[in-house]
Amino acid sequence: MTSWFLAAPLVIPFVTAVAAFLLRNSETGRWVSVAGSAAMLVASLLLMAEVLDKGVLAGQMGNWPAPFGITLVADTLSAVMVVITAITSLAVVIYGMGEVPVRLERLGYHALYNAMIAGVTGAFLTGDIFNLYVWFEVMLISSFGLLVLGGTKEQLDAGVKYVALNLVSTLAFLAGIGMLYGMTGSLNMAELALTVPQVENQALVTVVAMLFMVGFGVKAAVFPLFFWLPAAYHTPRFSVSAVFAGLLTKVGVYALMRVFTLIFVGDVSFTHEILLWVAAATMVTGVLGAAAQTDFRKILSFHIISQIGYMVLGLALYTTTGLVGGVFYLVHHIIVKANLFLIAGIAQKAAGGNELSRIGGLYKAAPFLGLLFLIPAFSLAGFPPLSGFWAKFVVVKATLELGHWFVAFLALAVGLLTIFSMTKIWAAAFWKPHPDGIEPSLSRVDRGELVPMMIPVVGLAVLTMIIGLHPEPFVQIAETAADQLLDPTAYITAVLGEEAAP
Amino acid sequence: MKSIILTAGARLLVPLLLVFSIFMLLRGHNLPGGGFIGGLLGATSFIVYAIALGTAEARRALRVSPETLGMVGLGIALGAGLIAVFTGDALFTGQWLWIGGDSYETASFAPNSILVFDVGVYLVVFGGILSMVLALEEEL
Repeated sequence: MTSWFLAAPLVIPFVTAVAAFLLRNSETGRWVSVAGSAAMLVASLLLMAEVLDKGVLAGQMGNWPAPFGITLVADTLSAVMVVITAITSLAVVIYGMGEVPVRLERLGYHALYNAMIAGVTGAFLTGDIFNLYVWFEVMLISSFGLLVLGGTKEQLDAGVKYVALNLVSTLAFLAGIGMLYGMTGSLNMAELALTVPQVENQALVTVVAMLFMVGFGVKAAVFPLFFWLPAAYHTPRFSVSAVFAGLLTKVGVYALMRVFTLIFVGDVSFTHEILLWVAAATMVTGVLGAAAQTDFRKILSFHIISQIGYMVLGLALYTTTGLVGGVFYLVHHIIVKANLFLIAGIAQKAAGGNELSRIGGLYKAAPFLGLLFLIPAFSLAGFPPLSGFWAKFVVVKATLELGHWFVAFLALAVGLLTIFSMTKIWAAAFWKPHPDGIEPSLSRVDRGELVPMMIPVVGLAVLTMIIGLHPEPFVQIAETAADQLLDPTAYITAVLGEEAAP
Repeated sequence: MKSIILTAGARLLVPLLLVFSIFMLLRGHNLPGGGFIGGLLGATSFIVYAIALGTAEARRALRVSPETLGMVGLGIALGAGLIAVFTGDALFTGQWLWIGGDSYETASFAPNSILVFDVGVYLVVFGGILSMVLALEEEL
């Protein structure tokens, strides 16, 4: 029965995709999508409860025993990621009821959306490295569809850049898988954890590790492989860019965390040292890139990059505290960043644009929206008592514990520059009067659109507050996740059985 | 461009390819073949038809849009995997019904979820390839 806890969050979005596609021409399709996301949230919470209760869960699909079949595994990190995926998915699908036009729904928006969610969930749950590649492809194809849906010129431009660079990354990843399989004869991640250290040619293992680092690095948008992200994320619908911003890059980070704690730990002083400086450079370039932008969504896009740096930093430190910070950061950032993109969508409807020089006066027109913006914006910058403060606090603390003073300094300086960017948006979009002299107002937005758009924004803001004011249980979950990452014995025995323990 | 040779050839090729695609689908159970290659062959037959007589004609002959076919196929494949829930097995575990016996050797007829899954794959590939090729031909 265990395997159904693992399979349900994966099967539900696929079923929803099929049903929503067949019903795409009627109102029902939209509601099927909402119901599917809600059902997935329930299923993922059940999985989470089961994992917290019983430890690492593994299920063999099709009853083929590991390492021959496809294994689904959920340790605490996977379960947390699945839950957060479901939360984001539900929030964005509700938001989409007000924002995604009927024309796009008829083209199959909800089917693509749910297929993408299934791809993301699959990537979090799989215990097979080749299967991970398959989920990446599912995710890539459906996200490409979402990105170009509607077919405007700039969307296609963004789509081509997005897909070309992601294909390069998949190629590196696939080459890595091939070499790994050639060396060890296995694709099961738990078995790889046992066999990779026994490979005679450890130098080649490090080469493969670098291939994986490049492959996942492109997905995660780390320095210097991030170019595709700011080129693509500001063009599609706000719903789409919110779910991209929240989830897609985090799959890359998750994959990095998985393979660089489970498989490639033979030469930590080399690989993780690279990750450390990559993380530092990512933080700095991201935040500097954001400072140069003047478009609401482009600023936010560059901030995704800079925040990815913190998560990779947590992994690069390879200590319990570091990983706790990384995991906590991952969860906090998905919520906050998706929320900021959703707010950008409302701001655009109310003020008529996203270019900061052409909008303004939102604070006067909609003070409540201003408050809703400040919560995730300050959380992103790391103000206490919001969730971002704890995330940054733990990461920086872990950095100092290892004596990386310079990196810790960079992390704090980047936080400061983040405030600069957020206040830039605040000053331009909320405080200064509208340049065209018109009074932006929420009442200009159709009520039937505004209500579904506001609900998830408020919901996610409340979630940010809860994590910020009551971080204890979340930190504890992150600690469990970090412990399981650092000591993969539970992961290996869950997949291969007790006798396989190293 | 209409070519009389191609049109005449298509009349023979299309049914032949379709029958062969079904043969490949069924053969795939124990021998090389299966839903994927069967679906490719099936799609090929309609592509030949579309080249010979035009995409509008091919869509008319297909009756259902290829996108819908593909998604229905995905549904069928998923459904085949979900049958396992009733027996308490893991997702996608093959389910067999032995009629006239109790094992693979003795049963005279053995309906199973694996064939259903293959049919689903067939439709996904068939619909997916056709929707892409027809869209491309209409663009050019």
